[in-house]
Amino acid sequence: MIDFYFLVPVALGLGLIGLLSFMWSLNNGQYEDLEGSAERILLDDDRPLSE
Amino acid sequence: MSCCAPAAAVAEMPQGTASDEIALASRALGNGLRQTDLSVPDIYCGGCIQSIETALSALPGVAAARVHLSTRRVTVRWDAGGKVPPLLETLSALGYTAHLSDIDAETDDGALRELVSALAVAGFAAMNIMLLSVSIWSGADPETRDLFHWISAFIALPALAYSGRVFFRSAWNSLRCGQTNMDVPISIGVLLAFGLSAYETIHHGPHAYFDASVSLLFFLLIGRTLDHMMRDRARTAVKGLARLGARGALVKQPDDSAVYLPVNEIKPGMTILLAAGERVPVDARVVQGHSDIDCSLVSGESVPQPVAAGAEIRAGTLNLTGPLSVLATAGVRESFLAEMIRMMEAAEAGRSVHRRMADRAARLYAPVVHAAALLTFMGWVIVSGDMHRSIVIAIAVLIITCPCALGLAVPMVQVVAARRLFELGIMLKDGGALERLSEVDAVVFDKTGTLTVGVPALVSSDGWGRETLALAGALAKHSRHPYSQSLPACEDAGHPINPDDVSEFPGFGLEARCGDVVYRLGRPAWALNTDQPRCDVPAVVLSRDGEFLAGFEFEESVRPDAGDAVAAVKIDGMAVEVISGDSEAPVRKIATLLDVPYRSRMLPVDKVAHVTALARSGKKTLMVGDGLNDAPALYAAYVSMAPASGADVGRNAADLVFLRTSLLAVPWAVAISRGARRLTRQNLWLAVCYNAIAVPLAVLGHVTPLIAAVAMSLSSLLVVANAMRLSDGRAAVHDRSNRTEPSMIVELAQ
Repeated sequence: MIDFYFLVPVALGLGLIGLLSFMWSLNNGQYEDLEGSAERILLDDDRPLSE
Repeated sequence: MSCCAPAAAVAEMPQGTASDEIALASRALGNGLRQTDLSVPDIYCGGCIQSIETALSALPGVAAARVHLSTRRVTVRWDAGGKVPPLLETLSALGYTAHLSDIDAETDDGALRELVSALAVAGFAAMNIMLLSVSIWSGADPETRDLFHWISAFIALPALAYSGRVFFRSAWNSLRCGQTNMDVPISIGVLLAFGLSAYETIHHGPHAYFDASVSLLFFLLIGRTLDHMMRDRARTAVKGLARLGARGALVKQPDDSAVYLPVNEIKPGMTILLAAGERVPVDARVVQGHSDIDCSLVSGESVPQPVAAGAEIRAGTLNLTGPLSVLATAGVRESFLAEMIRMMEAAEAGRSVHRRMADRAARLYAPVVHAAALLTFMGWVIVSGDMHRSIVIAIAVLIITCPCALGLAVPMVQVVAARRLFELGIMLKDGGALERLSEVDAVVFDKTGTLTVGVPALVSSDGWGRETLALAGALAKHSRHPYSQSLPACEDAGHPINPDDVSEFPGFGLEARCGDVVYRLGRPAWALNTDQPRCDVPAVVLSRDGEFLAGFEFEESVRPDAGDAVAAVKIDGMAVEVISGDSEAPVRKIATLLDVPYRSRMLPVDKVAHVTALARSGKKTLMVGDGLNDAPALYAAYVSMAPASGADVGRNAADLVFLRTSLLAVPWAVAISRGARRLTRQNLWLAVCYNAIAVPLAVLGHVTPLIAAVAMSLSSLLVVANAMRLSDGRAAVHDRSNRTEPSMIVELAQ
């Protein structure tokens, strides 16, 4: 029984980290242009992606 | 990089006032920057991204240029203080045709983002609650079970509050108007399931439905998100039309200076200076100058019309060769364009409202489910007299019947179909159009720009020699007239022509002086000495000092695969017809070639009348057209398609737009839509079968949270997997064409 008291919060915490990082990337516009990002990885330039 | 250097259409090349149009179409971002959105349909690969971004960023005044590959758009931010950067010219030089686009990317983004966030939260909650539920189902002792129920409750409550908003809001709005929609049983089911589970948890009950209520939301949100992606892509055509081509024009002031005015400030009586390559902003009369006017988008006439002082020209036509001074005869509200808008609005209002299959299913669904749950409750109260048990069973009925599979059945198929269409270069604006397309039994084609492509083809000539052809080509290079541009450009001209010696006489032709010799390429009456007797004059002649050298005949070129496409559509048993605003001879020629009935000299009103008449006789018509004059008919038709090369208006009015030149897009799209209809039907039947099995179990009180979770997930997965089976439309079209006689492509090639 005592295991639950740390295992369950750890499990939930990990899930929560995943959820929050997804929300962050969504609001950061990382899903706006999926095709473009796939191509850009091959481009050879050093400019920052967003100003 | 051969894939990404398409030839720029020179006729599209912006000139003169393009920068003013960019300024009018851009929007201010604050902090001294303005943003312009350009639609560039030819972007295909990483190379395109790099060359466009590098070139645009290098322009003075440009703060940032960013290519959006998924939507084929470029967003440019530029310094509002300085001059407008030559964006269109730069793209043109790179080989890309660009169009100004006004669609605010941000307006419709918000709703989608809200749905995706809600989906993420529901997914997180469903995953964790399910994890806890599995351990309960595998036999946790009562103490652990209670603890897990409490944890589930604390995860479920915020998740429902956040993700459920989408459904609660819509259900509340609908209830307030005294109606019911699909969201009402969903909201009631989810909330009751949560309430019951909370009650059970407090009273240490064995069964809690937290997992069911949250995973229900999760599945429904998947369906809702897919549906949103399909539905909200449609834009109002009227909005696009008002922004067609000319946004403004150079207006001559009393003191002889010229001011660029937005088109809605132009009043009748003003004198407008119209450069070659510009669209006519309002109906007007020519006061000075000669030119050729391209009316193909407005009236469907394929041959450019020469105009001189006194000629009436209509808004939306394109001035091809020479500068003109024109006197506005109507304001923008009385112009041809505005008339089209009114006709389109009328046609839209008159169009019978198509009820989407999912909506029709939903109308039946809600009352049935509510009645079933209510009857179950009353039945159990009468039979057992146990209030608590009756409520539990009634709620189980509501949960098990919640339309997960139904919510996914239609949008999933539509998303897969839209994907297949996109792969074939066909853009679908909303899912309803796909359903309508599958029911079509008649196809009406416009001629100019739809069955044919805008560029005329050189068909015959007399007196062709290598040298004369080279000479004609060298001369023609200097003109924007469509005939000139279809003359082959030969590099090794036997007569090197100095560009400075070439002058264009708008409305007549081109003249070049080489020493004492005068070459003329243009209308026979002008190029030849008038007393020269020739009875069969070709459209264009090349002359030396008025002596005939060579004659050139042009013909509209048929769009690639037009014959195959028409044949494929006919095999499907659809009635095919051509209606055009062009004069009889060219229409007859094309129609005979394709072996279809035709109507010529159709005004926009006639086209609408014809399409409505077809509808009245019970036909479901697919209208394929590109021009401004087709736009009202595109609206009036049951479903419509337009080539991307057409007028913006046509593209906006049509339900589907095909990006590639081949007309086979039409039969392909029909084949895909029919496949989609079949799969949608199957999916709806799957959902019905699922309910037929699950509902009796629930009514009899045998549904535990475990069974509910398994049934819901299985039915949803089945529906999604079935949707994936949708095949590419090409195979279907190909199979059917092979069974008939050799295609007509042979005839067309001759």
